[in-house]
Amino acid sequence: MKEDPGLYDYWPYEGRPKITWPNGARVAFWVAPNIEIYELDPAVNPHRKAWPKPVPDVVGYGTRDYGNRVGHMRVMRVLDKYGVRGSVSLSTAICEHHPEIIEMCKERDWEFFSHGIYNTRYTYGMDEAQEKAMIEDGIETILKHTGQRCAGYLAPALTHTEVTMDLFAEAGGIYTCDLFHDDQPTPVNLRSGRKFVSVPYSLEMNDTIVYVVNRIEPRRYGEMLKANFDRLYAEGADNGVVMCIPLHAYQVGHPHRLKAFEEALEYITGHPDVWVTTGREIAEYYIDKYYDAAVADIAEKGSQ
Amino acid sequence: MPLDDAYFDYPHRSYGMDHDYYDWSMLVDRKPVNWPGGKPLALWVNVALQFFPLNQRGRPFSPPGGMTTAYPDLRHFTLREYGNRVGIFRILRALDQFKVRVSFAINSCLAERYPYLIRRVVERGDEILCHGWDMDTPHYGGQDKREEAEVVARSLDMLRDATGQPVTGWISPGRSQSPHTPELLVSNGIEYMCDWINDDMPYQFRTPAGEITAMPLSIELEDRFIIMHNLHSETEYADQIIDSFDCLYTEAGEQGGRLLALNIHPWMLGQPHRIGKLEEVLRHITSHHGVWSASPGEIRNAWRAAQ
Repeated sequence: MKEDPGLYDYWPYEGRPKITWPNGARVAFWVAPNIEIYELDPAVNPHRKAWPKPVPDVVGYGTRDYGNRVGHMRVMRVLDKYGVRGSVSLSTAICEHHPEIIEMCKERDWEFFSHGIYNTRYTYGMDEAQEKAMIEDGIETILKHTGQRCAGYLAPALTHTEVTMDLFAEAGGIYTCDLFHDDQPTPVNLRSGRKFVSVPYSLEMNDTIVYVVNRIEPRRYGEMLKANFDRLYAEGADNGVVMCIPLHAYQVGHPHRLKAFEEALEYITGHPDVWVTTGREIAEYYIDKYYDAAVADIAEKGSQ
Repeated sequence: MPLDDAYFDYPHRSYGMDHDYYDWSMLVDRKPVNWPGGKPLALWVNVALQFFPLNQRGRPFSPPGGMTTAYPDLRHFTLREYGNRVGIFRILRALDQFKVRVSFAINSCLAERYPYLIRRVVERGDEILCHGWDMDTPHYGGQDKREEAEVVARSLDMLRDATGQPVTGWISPGRSQSPHTPELLVSNGIEYMCDWINDDMPYQFRTPAGEITAMPLSIELEDRFIIMHNLHSETEYADQIIDSFDCLYTEAGEQGGRLLALNIHPWMLGQPHRIGKLEEVLRHITSHHGVWSASPGEIRNAWRAAQ
């Protein structure tokens, strides 16, 4: 085991080369609905239990199933209303289980990126060949069912190995959502030397972390989203930043949580100079315009 | 050691659910439901009357709201008993003040322990559901089927005998089920169960003994979940129920009948500093004309008639 993942170099927030998003925008804003599927009785991974209760864990499984049956449409309607195209963090088996949801996202030109096969199949314990095959399965499934070449990756249930980023980049991916170290995109160091970028996907603004881990009140979540945006928007005037809201329809899609989220979305998208975009578009724009300058600046600061 | 190759088999990776309990269905794709009187929103308030044994076994897991300290946990035992002695009467007064229909889900052991309470509830004429034997008698995966069958039969016999009602609704303690629970419920004359929290409307559930209706009864909106589990304030409880009502009421006007199902606990909302928030919630809800306050059996029947 390593003391540090070695995926990025220390790079202070102050004094970086300036980023300007398209049309002079200061904040690249993206929303990442996690469209997930959990198995009632998954194969057992020796490193992590899928459910706290014996099968069937009615409450655990039902909580997640609610997102696909009920919550998804509520969230999709709100995103439609404010002109936001979702960047879907997809349990790719949804393509087989619930193709109706995939079709609705395709109609809206949403992006699909891989979040593994099921959110009950963890990467822990996989050797490199197994993880490679699992990653490629996800990419192929997305291509087959959506016609999109998968650009991004969020490891299933945030379970990784030391080579997760290497394997995803070697399979053709260009960005990861698994690193929470920055408010701007940053280059990721890989064994292949490929251009690969971390796009900020805020764990702090993630509704599951907010509601399940931190047990925060719905209206307070709305206030947190606005405060997060306000400060990033102010700082973005000097150097462009990224704001992401990662969502789960089984959390924010509940009737008692929808309004506070909608109000925050209305607030954020009501500002000028906000680039309402997707994970792929941020990664591509950054790689095209700022990646090389960032690598040079990181090298220069690292040598000082 | 890499993972076993079987970890990469996905035997259920095909259309629909990964089990046969119920069909895959999105709420928006279903036929709209019209509740009686053209009301857009059905309101179901269920009061859980529970017994938490002092000598809790906690096997294979402890119930939500159960004992937590070393034996004897007088603190939690008496706090839960408060609900059956004091809190319930505050709750009844609040419900009656706003003329809200209610159902009672009763741990059957209470029929022996507190006959006064059962009589009091029966005299009101409200619908009674079975809530299992007690909070420390869970239904769970791996449970012996004969043992579970005995618990189901004993719980229903006791409650039917004590109440004189047919008792056709069921809520498992802690909403926990074994793979056999729905089948055993159907075999014992239960028509609907309220353990699955994956929907906002009723749906049909398959068992080897025939179908049963899954009635949604939100856990996220329980007083226990918001106040005890999430540690949110009493004001937040009211805010969340009201926001939920507003959302469902609007949605019902656009998409067809919806159901707001509130599960409340006398040991939680029946405290003097909390009861006012229940009243605030009921005041908000009942000030709207399009609310049909009904029992779960009536709601199920109206839903079935609309299928």
